[in-house]
Amino acid sequence: MGEFTLWDILRNLLLALRWTVVLSLIAFFGGGLVGGALLALRLRAGRLVEAIVAGYVQLFQGTPLLMQLFLAYFGLALLGIEVSAWTAATVALTLYTSAFLTEIWRGCVAAIPKGQWEASGSLALSFGEQLRHVILPQAVKIAIAPTVGFLVQVIKGTALASVLGFVEVTKAGSMIANVTFRPFTVFACVALLYFVLCFPVSLYAKKLERKTHGRRA
Amino acid sequence: MSFDFWAVLVDWPLLAKGVAWTLGLTAVATVVGMVVGVACAWARASGPTWLRWLVGSYVELIRNTPFIVQLFFIFFGLPASGVMLSPEAASLIAMVLNLGAYATEIIRAGIEATPKGQIEAAVSLALSRAQVFLRVVLPPAMKKVWPAMVSQIIIVMLGSAVCGQISVEELSYAANLIQSRNFRAFEAFIVATLVYLALAVGARRLFNWAGPRFFFGK
Repeated sequence: MGEFTLWDILRNLLLALRWTVVLSLIAFFGGGLVGGALLALRLRAGRLVEAIVAGYVQLFQGTPLLMQLFLAYFGLALLGIEVSAWTAATVALTLYTSAFLTEIWRGCVAAIPKGQWEASGSLALSFGEQLRHVILPQAVKIAIAPTVGFLVQVIKGTALASVLGFVEVTKAGSMIANVTFRPFTVFACVALLYFVLCFPVSLYAKKLERKTHGRRA
Repeated sequence: MSFDFWAVLVDWPLLAKGVAWTLGLTAVATVVGMVVGVACAWARASGPTWLRWLVGSYVELIRNTPFIVQLFFIFFGLPASGVMLSPEAASLIAMVLNLGAYATEIIRAGIEATPKGQIEAAVSLALSRAQVFLRVVLPPAMKKVWPAMVSQIIIVMLGSAVCGQISVEELSYAANLIQSRNFRAFEAFIVATLVYLALAVGARRLFNWAGPRFFFGK
C-alpha cells in the first residue's frame, strides 16, 4: 500500500460521513414518528399509559446509549431477527431519539394554556381536531428550537454505532488510523468533520431559540 | 428463548469493580469538571477578549463532537505527538473536558441571571473582584442552575460507558467481559443497563440532597 496523503485520509472519511448523515436522518425521522405516536398516546390515554410512556422515557434517559445499542444487537438476535450492525443501530437510535423527542414535545404541549384545550373542546372539536387546529400549531412553534438542538445529540450518538462495527466516520477513522499509523491526524479530522456537521445545527438552534423566546437582556 | 441471569450475577465481583470504577471516574470528573466550569464561566463573563475566544472555542469544540471521538483522539491520537496516557487517565481527561465545557455554559447562564444591583452593592462594600464572584455571584447562580448541572453530571457518568472501549475496567467493560466468558450477552447487558439506571437515579437523589448543603446554602 502506498503513502496516504492528508487528502486520501479526508476523502475516505468524507465517503464514510455519508453513513453518519444517513443514520442520523433515519434516527431523527424514525424517532420523530415513534415519539409523535407516543406523545399522542400519552395525551389521549389514561394514567396507566402515561406512566408506561414516562417509564420508557426514564429508561432511555437513565441508561447509556452504548448499552442500548448492545441490547438491541443481542436482543434482536434472540428474537430471531437477522442482526446486522445496520438493523441494531437504526433500531436503538430510533428508540433512543423517540424517548427524548416525546419528552421534549410533551413539555411543549404542556406549555399551551389549558384554556386552549377547554375552548376548543367547547366548540365540539374532537381530540384529533383540537390537536390539529388549535394545540399543535402553537406547540410546534415552541418545539422547533429544542428539536433542532437535539439533532446535534443524535448526530453525536451515531458515533457509538461504530462499536457495533457500523462503518460510519468514527469506525472509518479507527480503521484508517490503524492502516496509516497517523491516529493524531485521523482523529483530528474525524472530530473536525463532526464539528462541521454539528456546529451549524447548533448555531441554527440557538438562533431559533432567540426567535421564540426573544432576546435575553 | 430462555434467560439465565444467574450466570451473569455469579460474576458479581467483576460488576462491583465496574461500578466502583464508574463511580470513581465520575466523582473525580465531577469535582474537577465543575472547577473547570466555574473558571471558564468566569473567564467568559469577565475575562479579556482573547480568553473569551479561547474558552468559547473550547466549549463549542467539545459540545459539537462525540465523546467517543474525543476519547479516541486523546488515547490513540495524542501518543503520536509524544504524550503517553494510561486508559484511565485518558478517560478522566475526556470526562473532565466534557463536563467542563457543558458546566461552563450552564454556570454562565446562571451568572448572567444575576441582577446588576447585587454586584454593585457588593462592590460598594469594598469586596474584591474575586470575593464578589465567589461570595455574591456564584452561590445564587449555582442554585438556579443546579438541576441542569445534576443532569449533565449524570449524562457524563452514563457516557463513561464508552471508556470500556479503551479497556478501562468500568461497568460496561465488566458486562462485555462477562458475556465473552459465558455467552450470555443479552442477560449481561440487561444487568449492566439496570445497574446504570440505578446509579443514575441514586446519583440524582444524592446531588439534589448535597447541592443545597454544600454548594449554595439552603
